[in-house]
Amino acid sequence: MNTLVLTVLTLSVLGILLAVILYFVAQKFHVEEDPRIDDVEKMLPGANCGGCGFAGCRAMADALVTRENIASLFCPVAGGQTMKNIAGFLGKTAPEKEPMVATIRCGGTCQKRPKVNHYDGAMNCAVVNSFYVGESACAYGCIGYGDCVSACKFGALSLNTETGLVEVNPDKCTACGACVKACPKGLIELRKKWPKNRAVYVACRSKNRGAVVMKACKAGCIGCGKCAKVCAFDAITIDNNLAYIDSEKCKLCRKCVNECPTGAIHLENMDPLPKEPKVVATPKSEVAK
Amino acid sequence: MKTFPIGGIHPSDNKEWSKDKSIECIDLPNEVMIPMIQHIGAPATPVVQKGDKVLTGQLVGQAGGFVSANIHSPISGTVTSIDSYPNGQGQRLTMVVIKREGDEWVESIDRSTELKRECSLTPAEIIAKIKDAGVVGLGGAQFPTHVKLSIPDGQKAEMLIVNGVECEPYLTSDYRNMMERAEMMLTGIEILMRAIGVERALIGVENNKPDAIAHLNEVIARDAYRGIEVVPLKMRYPQGGEKQLIAALTGRQVAPPPALPISEGVVVSNASTAIAVYEAVQKNKPLIERVVTITGKSLGSTHNFMTRFGTSLDYLLSFSGGLPEGDVKVLNGGPMMGRAIVDTSAPIIKGCSGITILSGAEAARGKESACIKCAKCVSVCPMGLEPYLLSRLAKLQKWDVAEEHNTIDCIECGCCSYTCPSNLPLLDYIRIGKQTVMANIRSRAIANKK
Amino acid sequence: MATKLFASHSPHIHGGEKTHRIMLDVVLALIPALAVSTYVLGWRVLFITAVAVVSCVAFEWLICRFLLKRRSTICDLSAVVTGVLLAFNLPVGIPWWIVVIGALVAIGIGKMTFGGLGTNPFNPALTGRIFLLIAYPVQMTDWTTGVPDALSGSTMLADVKYAPELVSSLNFTEMLGGVMNGSMGEISAIALILGGLYLLWRKVISWHIPVSILATMAIFAASVGASYGGAMIYEFPLFHILAGGALLGAIYMATDYSTSPMTHRGMIIYGVGIGLLTMIIRLWGAYPEGMSFAIFIMNAATPLINKYVRPKRFGTK
Repeated sequence: MNTLVLTVLTLSVLGILLAVILYFVAQKFHVEEDPRIDDVEKMLPGANCGGCGFAGCRAMADALVTRENIASLFCPVAGGQTMKNIAGFLGKTAPEKEPMVATIRCGGTCQKRPKVNHYDGAMNCAVVNSFYVGESACAYGCIGYGDCVSACKFGALSLNTETGLVEVNPDKCTACGACVKACPKGLIELRKKWPKNRAVYVACRSKNRGAVVMKACKAGCIGCGKCAKVCAFDAITIDNNLAYIDSEKCKLCRKCVNECPTGAIHLENMDPLPKEPKVVATPKSEVAK
Repeated sequence: MKTFPIGGIHPSDNKEWSKDKSIECIDLPNEVMIPMIQHIGAPATPVVQKGDKVLTGQLVGQAGGFVSANIHSPISGTVTSIDSYPNGQGQRLTMVVIKREGDEWVESIDRSTELKRECSLTPAEIIAKIKDAGVVGLGGAQFPTHVKLSIPDGQKAEMLIVNGVECEPYLTSDYRNMMERAEMMLTGIEILMRAIGVERALIGVENNKPDAIAHLNEVIARDAYRGIEVVPLKMRYPQGGEKQLIAALTGRQVAPPPALPISEGVVVSNASTAIAVYEAVQKNKPLIERVVTITGKSLGSTHNFMTRFGTSLDYLLSFSGGLPEGDVKVLNGGPMMGRAIVDTSAPIIKGCSGITILSGAEAARGKESACIKCAKCVSVCPMGLEPYLLSRLAKLQKWDVAEEHNTIDCIECGCCSYTCPSNLPLLDYIRIGKQTVMANIRSRAIANKK
Repeated sequence: MATKLFASHSPHIHGGEKTHRIMLDVVLALIPALAVSTYVLGWRVLFITAVAVVSCVAFEWLICRFLLKRRSTICDLSAVVTGVLLAFNLPVGIPWWIVVIGALVAIGIGKMTFGGLGTNPFNPALTGRIFLLIAYPVQMTDWTTGVPDALSGSTMLADVKYAPELVSSLNFTEMLGGVMNGSMGEISAIALILGGLYLLWRKVISWHIPVSILATMAIFAASVGASYGGAMIYEFPLFHILAGGALLGAIYMATDYSTSPMTHRGMIIYGVGIGLLTMIIRLWGAYPEGMSFAIFIMNAATPLINKYVRPKRFGTK
């Protein structure tokens, strides 16, 4: 009986003592925090992807609440509507940004860009890139071990084993930019997202001269400049033997696509312009595919 | 017998394939391609133009800064092109292409074979001559020798250490140099000692080369080379690592980076570099050729060739019956630290001590399985690191944690990957971590300066 | 056939060590002990070992195949090692179905729950044994059933615990050679040491863990033995090292890779901890044998040791 009483007593005293200590610690180390930070954090997607430039959604929420001007802050994952809601909640002006989508600028499939050696080391693009140009002869092309795929938190990227290239699912892509940082070859660009995921872009980053490009890959940009000549909107520039289409200026007129001799300009979710008058005669059903 | 204090492995040395082949001179190639970067530091700037006639030993690339090296024409002929060409890893570098016409040397070069031992130049004059000749470390790192010999203010060298270890399996170029050109090497060592103002030099040689040790000792005794001592070392890889060699010979450990060997009063030079120094200082001969070992179990024949730089690998391999068929790995260097070559038309450069051909079976990486925490990588690491952890941190891109765990100490010797029973490519990832952390440290230093 | 160029970072050669080879070495090292055990205790030893090994491998395969849905890892032979070690920690008379339950706990809870080989925080075989010891205390401490010429009802450790003076009457040669009561694997000290030397020679284990455990135990026992006076100062430590699971634990269980520290210094701290805990449990705890509990407790301390005990960085004092 005595033991029982003692035990109960000890535990009670201990409990009270700890409660008192806890109370004082909580008082001493209390941090005053704007309760709105919690609310804003809840409105953010919570992916902690870092696409906004902050370490996570909490840091972004903190910045949104504390900063006067939030025009430079944008969550690419949540998109414009959410940013507007948050801005409305905080009584600030929302930043305006067009939706973007990650684009992989390499069209060198296994067929068009043959392997000239066999890589045997760690399956990681950064490792390959730190050592040599890769399995093909092109020093600029996709390595195909999927550093971007593992960097993507939204499952928007996937490796196509048939082509050896990475593909983007534009509906899942939030343009957080994680893949852009992950690609050691700098192949991925965030480009303006058109309705129905339409896109026109140069799927090549090779700055080599035309002859060198042709030797390594049949789908590369040789910097011939034909596309730049037909562009009516000044959207195409040629620099270092490489064409680049500015997605802000491009109006998807598609003239350049037909001009490209190597097919380096990719057209997505759109039918190409009829090439020759003759082509118009082909049955519509075939093109519709 | 002496060796370094921690870690290390014992790969079979495979030197028997080429160690008894004496140094051979081969017909000069009809064309050479000379990369403007064959050293650590800034690339050299071409000083010739397309169509120019050049002589053997003439300057074609001017050093692009203090940490850089001059590059000379290895043959005489006409410059046919200055453009970017792929190196052995397919990366495009600026190269000067020269088509050979005879072999006419620059006049100031003394081509006699007679040994010229007296040297009365001042240290500054010696270093200037070495700089002009474009001498870089021939062990593989290609660090400009004149930079190494220019001892920073406030520090003093006490001793020269000569690296005759050649701990890489297969390679025998240093060994052949020690056997056949010992007099030149020892004279070069005397000049190096004079350049840094020391009275003592230790040559570290592993005990798998007893004849080289005996031969060097014999020449030292016969020709009275004072202050030079040959120290036999217990065979263990990576004994040829700079810090490991210093520890093995002197028992002193160079502090972690950014400390350099000079902080322990030591300057380290490769044995073959000593010959290049001798030729540069005594014979006015720039660095245009070196001994390159061509070896491998599957090759038709193995050789130790005196090779002019810029000679294509294909040309050298043609003397050994060409590349063997099937799966092969062609290495610039030995199997532990050499770089795989994927373009055999690439030229031989200053740091190439050998070309090793491994068969697919020898070189194939095994199937990876999970880390079993056996700690073998920890016990073989010569730098006292935890490779399993560093590799994992790099894979997870935890650069700051990797920095805390001293990933920049890594000397990339490969002992960890060599020993891993799970076949994990530990070093592949550690290297990425090391590079990223070093870049981070540099950008922090720049930010701090501002 | 054309030439195909391979490429990768250095190093381009490998030492040839393989996980399954290491596991095979451990199994080989345990064979002498198994043989002595079979000779002394009869064929049932082989039967129990076979049941343990087969059920461990089967559970690992089933869990990989149906629960984790990934490639089976049974080829690395680690389940075989777990099976043999589990069997070695059981009395020979144990019903076979208890062995199967032990294997399920060892592989299912001790190993696969944490992600399989290399990621388990506790030694799987020990997890199985400790579970059985607590769940089936009667069967687990019955040292007579199934033994041909029943030695005695209790182990020497249990006898000595309450009457230390008994040590002086023991025959140490017999303990070395293999006639002592206990679990199947604990029978012969000499066979276990032989296997340990093989593992050391093959560089599967390093000396740090076994030596630090046994040395700590010996020093501890010697100081306790000294208080009894007379020859006890050396008889007592000798007894404690040879008796019970000390050798089996120190050489085979404590050295399990994933549950022991990575650095040599860490291994020594770990070994000393096991040695101390074992002796404390043996002398003053509720159980006659403390090896398994000591290893188990130090397994829990391993991540902490790994975090704070680092190898000596080259170039630092």
